[in-house]
Amino acid sequence: MDAVFIETLWITAKLAILTTLTLLILGMPFSYFLAYSHFRLKPVIEAIVSMPLVLPPSVIGYYMLVAYSPKYWFGDMLQKIFNIRLAFSFEGVLIASVIFSLPFMVQPLQNGLSALPLNLREASYTLGKTKTITFFKVLLPNIKPSLITAIALTFAHCIGEFGIVLMVGGNMPGETRVASIAIYDEIQSLNFNTANKYAFILFLISFVMLILIYTVNKKHDTWKMI
Amino acid sequence: MENDIIKIDVQKELLSANGRLNLHINATLKKGELTVLFGDSGAGKTTLLRMVSGLTAPDKGYIKVGNSVWFDEKTNINLPPQKRNIGYVFQDYALFPNMTVFENIAFGQKEKNYKYVSELIERFGISEFTNQKPVKLSGGQKQRIALARSLARKPDFLLLDEPLSALDSNIRISLQDEILKAHQFGNLTTLLVSHDLTEVFRLAQNVLKIENGKITRSGKPGKLFINNQISGKVQLTGSVIRIEKQDTFYLLTVVTGMNQIIKVTAFPNDIKDLYEGAQVVVFSKALNPIIMKL
Repeated sequence: MDAVFIETLWITAKLAILTTLTLLILGMPFSYFLAYSHFRLKPVIEAIVSMPLVLPPSVIGYYMLVAYSPKYWFGDMLQKIFNIRLAFSFEGVLIASVIFSLPFMVQPLQNGLSALPLNLREASYTLGKTKTITFFKVLLPNIKPSLITAIALTFAHCIGEFGIVLMVGGNMPGETRVASIAIYDEIQSLNFNTANKYAFILFLISFVMLILIYTVNKKHDTWKMI
Repeated sequence: MENDIIKIDVQKELLSANGRLNLHINATLKKGELTVLFGDSGAGKTTLLRMVSGLTAPDKGYIKVGNSVWFDEKTNINLPPQKRNIGYVFQDYALFPNMTVFENIAFGQKEKNYKYVSELIERFGISEFTNQKPVKLSGGQKQRIALARSLARKPDFLLLDEPLSALDSNIRISLQDEILKAHQFGNLTTLLVSHDLTEVFRLAQNVLKIENGKITRSGKPGKLFINNQISGKVQLTGSVIRIEKQDTFYLLTVVTGMNQIIKVTAFPNDIKDLYEGAQVVVFSKALNPIIMKL
């Protein structure tokens, strides 16, 4: 197999895995907060979280480029203090990827948590356990299907993203050229064989992820019916 | 303040099924006693229990347990449930589905003492389910597990929210025994929410009758529910389930606490303040009751 082919797949996998891990760490407290807090501006926060589901990727990509640009304060600060330019870098793409995959991690977790009976949490508190211990030992184990769905969806969505990665990353081989963009490239260069290989792998991974999600949820539903 | 007194003076505005309710409870309890909070649904008993447990905060007032303050709105003290040494039994058990019976019970312990967990399992008669997850067990079994779990960390207080209302009456009786044993064995102060008169009589040393958010009567169960001016030899308590008009009198069907159905005749004058669902006492004056083996 081609070294370039493997390198492209490696970048795709790296992006998806790092995005999923970052979102797991950020998403758990955030979804806990959304599931159990009630405040007036909650619909606004929930709308912001859901935006990546409906916004065209080019809109998000555009705003990311603006944010990264040294012409504006954020990019300027990054340049001056850390000497980093995020546009057209892997790190820049990673940050954008975390933002546009946010709802895929947060929403299943939030829904899973709010579907749990309220008194599970309360029982744990009356048994002397802190909120953190309750989250990891009582709540999380009881939303396993939601957790698996969240991880699988985030991973699959990240692998499938095209527009934002292209805009923010710029299709640089070895740096930001992921499989979804490589397909487009190869077709432009009439390398249909290579394009086919990429397409097939992406198709297979996405398909397997979805089968996993549906199998896990089906088992959970049947178990509930008993 | 004496160390064995619990003083409660709390207020809370609730939205109940009957509209806005102003809960105002002022009560003094003795440590070591089993008190039943008795009343109809929506009267505020569960809210009171939750305020004592720390799961719900009162709007105003204080809860002082011996020399420690659990809640005081004026000084902004509100101990979370974790810091009040309580065991709480929920009406729908709240067992953790991801843990076995053993793990559920051991969960509450700060330092693991597996010997004590096994003792509790033995005492509540649930040994055969020790390594099973609770999902497939019956209501009575689940409630035993919930009781055992609440005692695992050896609390000083046991709070029970209508623990037996979803169970059959024969299972209720044996579980009432378990609650009594747990109370005595652990030297606990127990607060039990119930609308079952049988439970009140079998378990309570002290009763607080709560109506529309206020305590309307308190004291020993006999004092509250049995009219001692009645010199009847046989007294049964229960509730009216049907009132049928016959020609010159009424025929009332009453179900007693033990789920027995009896029919009583009454004249129009007698039934003036009776209605279906009313709690009543049925007594017999003149005759000696005859007893026969079933």
